[in-house]
Amino acid sequence: MASGADHEDNLKNDSSEMVLDAFRWMVLARTFEDKISSIYKAGKIVGGVYVGKGQEAFSSALAVNLVKGKDIYSPLIRDMAGRSAFGEPLVDAARTYMGSSKGPTQGRDGNVHRGNPREGMPAMISHLGAMISVVNGILFARRMKGTLDDAVGATTIGDGGTSTGAFHEALNLAAVENLPLIVSVANNQFAYSTPNSKQFACDNITDKAVGYGITGVEVDGTDLVDCVNTFKLCVEKARAGDGPQLVVGNLLRLSGHGEHDDAPYISEDLRKSKLGEDCLSKAHNRILDEGWANQGDIDDIFKESDDEVKSAIHTAESEKVPDPYSHNWSAYSSSILNE
Amino acid sequence: MSITYLEAIREAQSVALQKNDEVFIYGQDIGFFGGAFKSTKGLYNEFPDRVLDSPISEDAMVGLAVGAAIEGMRPIVEMQFADFSSVGFNQIVNQAATLYWRTSLACPITIRLPSGGTPGSGPFHSQCMETIYAHYPGTVVMAPSTVEDAYSMLLDAISIDDPVIFCEHKYLYYHLKAQQLPKKALPATKARIVRPGRHATIVTYSAMVHEAVSTAEKLSEDGFEIEIVDLRCVKPIDIETVLGSIARTGRVLAIGEAFPWGGVTAEIISQITSEGFNLLDAPPARLNSLDTPIPYHPELWRFHRPTAHSIEDKIRKLIKE
Repeated sequence: MASGADHEDNLKNDSSEMVLDAFRWMVLARTFEDKISSIYKAGKIVGGVYVGKGQEAFSSALAVNLVKGKDIYSPLIRDMAGRSAFGEPLVDAARTYMGSSKGPTQGRDGNVHRGNPREGMPAMISHLGAMISVVNGILFARRMKGTLDDAVGATTIGDGGTSTGAFHEALNLAAVENLPLIVSVANNQFAYSTPNSKQFACDNITDKAVGYGITGVEVDGTDLVDCVNTFKLCVEKARAGDGPQLVVGNLLRLSGHGEHDDAPYISEDLRKSKLGEDCLSKAHNRILDEGWANQGDIDDIFKESDDEVKSAIHTAESEKVPDPYSHNWSAYSSSILNE
Repeated sequence: MSITYLEAIREAQSVALQKNDEVFIYGQDIGFFGGAFKSTKGLYNEFPDRVLDSPISEDAMVGLAVGAAIEGMRPIVEMQFADFSSVGFNQIVNQAATLYWRTSLACPITIRLPSGGTPGSGPFHSQCMETIYAHYPGTVVMAPSTVEDAYSMLLDAISIDDPVIFCEHKYLYYHLKAQQLPKKALPATKARIVRPGRHATIVTYSAMVHEAVSTAEKLSEDGFEIEIVDLRCVKPIDIETVLGSIARTGRVLAIGEAFPWGGVTAEIISQITSEGFNLLDAPPARLNSLDTPIPYHPELWRFHRPTAHSIEDKIRKLIKE
């Protein structure tokens, strides 16, 4: 059996492809959200825009460890990178922001509230912690039906979301049922403007895992390689029947809560600290240093992302917005109730 | 042979579990123990993999049911008391009730709420929650008043592809008995004329149907014939049956055990006045509980809720107008 250190080395060696894959999704997410932000600031997107800038490594690293068509991924507000990595068509993201009637929500909900539950990606509601138990339910039902096999369910949340009753109930239930659940907590130091000091009194969010009797691990959320390797281990453990895994990524949100917010509550010192390092440029440098790709390859990734973003937004912009007069205004799926 | 309202609920669940592998029951103490009221008694022995105990986590219970529904199951969630469903409120109204609207994926879950007052149960084990859940788009809310309805409507609830809040009345659990369960029944979303009449209509549901019937029997001795409409399903409301009855009587009293502000009775009066104003010979009347939390002491409790006595006062006034 390999020692812990050997195991770590092997993982790093094995993970270069996964790191590159995750990096591509990070670039796509950053490119897309920069573009969406500028369209929003030009007044062409209604509602809000909430980006994952600074959280792309942590987000995509989880999703590249999942298998679409088998695993469940329930993303939250800052998971553009993870959503794409899990297989969400970019055009569906563009459609939801632009209000296209062809989008997955048909204009009934916007921005980050999109999903495709039939394909393993539940659509989030805004109430934090509420999606964890939905993932529990999918896993629970599969186990009951005998179709769970070694699939896992993953969902994401932030530091503030760990204060909710829903988070507690769902994690406790998942632990009791020993469900193959992975909860990633992007610890970006602030819930909107509220710092962690007003959110919890334990030293670390992983301390909460102890209370539930589950595994809790911490990772440098700005370091893509650490994130990929940590999630790889946690997903493997969940697949193997080791129960829920709580993964906390320490990082800083490199944006406001939404694009309307210039985040004056984030101090300059914090911005300049290690937490404030940009995961994207850090991953870029690491990939070059390790020789996993050269600058030309990376330029291609940026170019391809740019093209894909332009095309998706162009498609969404050219589609019809929903028509209130021909819209199906029924909240019921049963025809008997619509009579 | 006779069967109680509670046994009818147990039997409907047993039938649903037998007929459909996608049905399962999830709730507190419902497995081996058979539930706080024994409405799942023996089901765990028959279906050990589909009658499952949950932690005391109403939010996570409903969230789990929604996830299971996404996966093609038809979960039944038993709240130990309707009152505690407030802890699962967010998942019911924001997750379950919006799922179809947001994603075009149906959410066939049934949430059973042991509802309503019994003597000595106090503020937190007596509530009627139908109004709260009926307010939100996407929910169906049922409140059966008879043994037969408890059975057939629960089977309907389980088969409906949308979230159903099933308000079963605890006072009726042991009080009501029927000789047998129905093979055929009126669809759950249709109201029923319980008793024909010509002087006034009472529109009500759940346990209040029985208080209304007592009143009507008493008034009948004085020559007043009161028609009683049992809504059965409070959302959607079968307003056609209600208006049809008022067309015959010209007078209406809406009764509910729930709190008076807003609510099912207010909705009924509102729909009647806007859609059937010309049918009315007198202002429509309304009777609910008093506007305080539900009291513990039986003497206070009996005064707090509508009873055959307070209904009689209301009806006599209504007939004189």
